[in-house]
Parts: sequence; structure tokens; C-alpha cells
Amino acid sequence: MENAIYWPTFFFLLFAALACAFSLGVVFAQSVVRMAFYLVLALASTAGLFFLAGAEFVAAMQIMIYVGGTLVLLIFGVMLTAQSPFVSMKTRGGDWLLAAIVGGSLLAVLLPVTVAVPEWRGMDRAEAEAIEVVPTATRLGMGLLGVRVDKNDQQYESLLAGMSGYLMPFEIVAIHLLVVLIGAAYLARPRRRREYSDGVPADTPVTTV
Amino acid sequence: MRASRLNRPFQWFTVSVAEFLSRYMPWELACTLAALVHAALILNVIAVGALFFIWLERKIAGRIQDRLGPTRVGGKFGWLQTLADGIKLLGKEDLMPGGADGFLFKIAPYISFCASFAAFIALPFAGGDMPFVAQHLNVAVFFVLAILGLEVFGVILAGYASASKWSLFGAMREAAQVISYEVPLGLCVVVPVLIAGTMDLVTIGDMQSGLFTNWFIFHDPFCFITFWVMFTCAMASVNRAPFDLAEAESELVAGFHTEYSGLRWSFFFMAEYGSMILVSILASILFLGGWHGPFPIAEWSGLTTSEMFGATYLANLLGMTNVLIKATVGVTLMIWVRWTFPRLRIDQVITTCWKYCTPIVCFTFLGVLFWTYQGLPSLGDAMGTSKPLFSVHEVGSVHEASAVPHEKPPVDSIARVFGSRAFGSRALTSQSFESRAPGSQEAGR
Repeated sequence: MENAIYWPTFFFLLFAALACAFSLGVVFAQSVVRMAFYLVLALASTAGLFFLAGAEFVAAMQIMIYVGGTLVLLIFGVMLTAQSPFVSMKTRGGDWLLAAIVGGSLLAVLLPVTVAVPEWRGMDRAEAEAIEVVPTATRLGMGLLGVRVDKNDQQYESLLAGMSGYLMPFEIVAIHLLVVLIGAAYLARPRRRREYSDGVPADTPVTTV
Repeated sequence: MRASRLNRPFQWFTVSVAEFLSRYMPWELACTLAALVHAALILNVIAVGALFFIWLERKIAGRIQDRLGPTRVGGKFGWLQTLADGIKLLGKEDLMPGGADGFLFKIAPYISFCASFAAFIALPFAGGDMPFVAQHLNVAVFFVLAILGLEVFGVILAGYASASKWSLFGAMREAAQVISYEVPLGLCVVVPVLIAGTMDLVTIGDMQSGLFTNWFIFHDPFCFITFWVMFTCAMASVNRAPFDLAEAESELVAGFHTEYSGLRWSFFFMAEYGSMILVSILASILFLGGWHGPFPIAEWSGLTTSEMFGATYLANLLGMTNVLIKATVGVTLMIWVRWTFPRLRIDQVITTCWKYCTPIVCFTFLGVLFWTYQGLPSLGDAMGTSKPLFSVHEVGSVHEASAVPHEKPPVDSIARVFGSRAFGSRALTSQSFESRAPGSQEAGR
């Protein structure tokens, strides 16, 4: 079966092409909602690439966070607040130029790197087929809990117990997020006036509406 | 590339469909055909399911309102009513409002439907060595939840693109509802994952084998509460009354699908009924034993261990029947609730989800943690019905063992770090891990 379609390559090219096409859609669309729609599709195609690579957890995470997040962004960030000039936006020539310079230079930095690292070069088909896909979720979770699953062959018991892995950064991020959430809730709370202008104390029940 | 165990799809006797087909044709072609077979089967679950449940809903609604419901089409019980309606919908004109965003308006129903369809891919209908599942995912629970969230996207796009105030109102309410129910729903799903120690739906289902006392809903009192909270949130997630604010036919004409007609409109309904079946099956696998009936008939009759040709397949068929019965009960419950309770207001929905469901499920989450940490017995343990966890299927362990042969199971070291008490009797202790290793599998049986 030498000339049959090799499905992994086919799907990789398919998802990659879809991701690129929808990304271009984000750039060239003029309606904000359509941009968000294309963004969701581009991110979903990237999730497809992750699935293809066997990283199911990352792929599902991609869908849940980015796609779901874009949804909320679309609704509350765009549809509720957008004034008429933003619903349909036309990019001016100067902006195009600026964006092309910034985006192009980033691409110019990233592209050579993808081919420069020897380990990232494509392997033979036989070599690729020999790789067994390992489910990632358990190991990821244990890594976050503080087990260095990549360093499990440590000989000394005492050293093994002390390997804190990524527990510390994980906790810092978690506490940070909690603080941000509480802060957001505090900022968004309904503001009650402490005292009315005519000197009525705040705890007096308001009778008029 | 032969399918690894994890990627082995829908099982046919003892080989996957793809392996069966590859005897007669090239492997690539067999894979493609097998994928088509899976897709067709799942599509039929949704389509035939919708056909049946719409009819059932009309009958139940009729009985609750002291009517008869459909009686004429198709003979005695009006059981062809949905099909007749479907044919009527096919013949309807496909309308689109003048000011609508044509592209988004046309594509929105398909997004909803595809999301509902895609979530079924990771959903097992029977477990064991040869699970009935289109794509056996290691993170199936998470995947199903993530995809389920996409269905809302179609609803919101439809509401926006219709260029109608009613539709936009429906979409806005839907968005507010989504961010309300997603948090408690996610937390509820974490509870069985916590007990099982895996996100693999096949393993979660198989851990509840045996008598009904082994179901996770009876694991401890907190689980029992969690199940009902989950059911409430699941109803919100599929837009069923009392959470059908996005449609709200008494206020918003028809909400997000006001401007839709004909086949596009029916796609939204297929998606809704598909999602109802989906969340019912998900709840049944997570809490109600999935393909394990209240009494393990398949095990008593020796079907699961028999070497006879097709015995495991028969056992799986029995299991699938169990899943479908449980799903039917779940959907019937949703229908019953819909025709009994009035619709909530949007602020009441947000209050229900944020002020009641979320704190309750946080409390039960801590309760389950406490229960497993203390090693308190589940109902199955107390009644002596729970068996040591042998693995009917060994995705987690075999893969980790075969992929990194020199490595000890990571659980060993985690137990050393946190002390073995950190894991409940049925969860991932290193012993259960070993008993799931390939060598000791026969001994476990």
C-alpha cells in the first residue's frame, strides 16, 4: 500500500489548512461577529491538530476554554458594548501596513525556528508509526499535583518525596485567579449610595421608587 | 498502522469494524468505511431518538394536560406523527429575513446539530473489553462537556443573525444562562471523576459493575445530592423548561428560532433532543452504572466471561439496552418536569445556578473528598457487593506500563508524597493499579 493516502498526513494538512484559512477570515472579515465566528473555527481546527497528535486533554481544553471563552467574549464584549462603528469595521491603509510589519516580523522569527531545530524535523513513516500514543491526562494531573512523572526513576526515596514538581506555580496561579475573581466581583457589585444628599442615613429604608 | 487499544472503535464480536473490514479490503479503505459506519450509527441514535422522544413528549404532555395527544397517524398510538411532521417540514419554504446575515443565519442550525452529534463520538454505549464507542477517548468526560458547550454557539449565532429583536433577546438570555449553568455542571461531573480516578467514561462505567448498590449515586450521601444537582444543570444545558428562556414562546414568540422555518428549524430540534439523550446517557454513565443494570444479568449468565463466539457482543448488547433504558427514563423525567413546572425568569435561573447549585455542589464535592479521604465505606462496600476493582478494560494501566516500561506507576510515588490515605478504597491505590496490570488480569477475573 505504498501509494494509498496516508491518513495522518492528510488530516494534518486538512486541519492546518482550515486553521490558516479561518485565521485569514478573521483578518479580512469586516463584521465583528463574523470575525469571532472565524476565530472559533480557527481555534477548533487547532484543537483538531491536537487530537491528531494524541494530546486529547489539550485539545478538549482548547475547545472548552478558547471556544467557550470566545463565545462569552463575543456576547458580552462585542454584542452588548459595540457601538455602530465597531460592528462593521474597515481597516485603514496605515493600519494594514503596521499590522503587516508586526505580524510579518513575528512570522519571520518563528518560521526559521520550526525548521532549524533538528528534533522537530519530520521522521520516517515507519518511525512515526512505531510511536505509541500515551494518554496524557493522568500524567498532566499528577504533574500539577507535584509528582515529577518525568523523573520517576530517581533512586533516593527522600529526594523523590521532595520533588515538588509544578505544585508551586499551580498554586500561585490558582490563588492569583481567585484574587482576580474576587476583585472582579467587587468592582462589578451594585454601588449603593452610603448617604443621600439630604442627609438621610443610609440604613433608612427607601420608600419611594 | 493498526489501531491501538485506545483507538479501537465500535466492536463487532471480537474485532473492531475497521479490523473486520480490513480482511476484505485495504486497511485505509476499511478505516474510512468504519468511520462512516460509526457516523451513520450515531446519526441514527439522534434521528430515531428525536423521532421517538418527540412523539413521547406529545403523548406525555397530552396525558399531563388531560388530553390524548396524537392518536391517528400511523395506527393506534399516533406513533408516526413525528414522521408526518418531518415530511411537512421538508415541504416548507426556506425563509430568511431581509436584514439577516445570510451566511451565519444559514450555518447556525448546522453548528448546533454538529455539536450535538460530535459529542456522541466519545460516548460509550457499552463497556467491557470491547466497548461500544466510536472513539475511545482517555478524557471522554471532558470532551463531551466541551463539545456540549458548542451547541450554544449555534443558538447565539442564530439569535444574532436573524436580525430580529425577539431572536436577539433569546440569544442574550441563552448567553446569560450558559455562564450560569456551566460552572455547577462542571463541578458535578468532577465528583464521579474524583471517585473513579479517571476521565475515561468506559472505565467510570465499568467501575460500577455488579449490583445497583455499586452505582456512584449510592456511593455516599453527597453523591446522591450531586446527581440531582447535575440533572438540574443538565436540563438547563439543553434548554428544557423550566430553563427554556431562549425560546420562551409566551414572551419571545419563539426566541432564537423565531425566524427559522422548515428543515433548518427542525435541525435545532434534532439538536435539542440529541442533547437531551446525550446528557441523560452521560448522567447514567457517571452516576447510574451506565451499561450495568440494577442486577448483573450478563455476569450471572456468564456472558461476560464466556469464550463462546459472540458472547461478549451479546453482553454488550444487553449493556446497550441498559444505557438506552436509562436514557429514556432520564428524557422522560425531563419531559415530565417540562410540563409540570412554569418557566423561570432569567434572574431566577441565574439565582438557581449561582446561589444554590454552585454552593451545594461545592459542599458535596468537599463531602465526597472527606468520604474518600476517611476511607468511609460506600453502599456497595457496606453491603459487601463491591468487588475488588478488576479491570474489564485496561486503557490507563497497560498504556502507561507498555509505553514507559522502566517507570513505576506514578501513583506509587504520589501515594508516597501524600500518604496512601489520600486515596479512597476504590480509587487509585497502588494495589488496584497493580491488579489492573496486564499480567494479573486473569487472576483478577
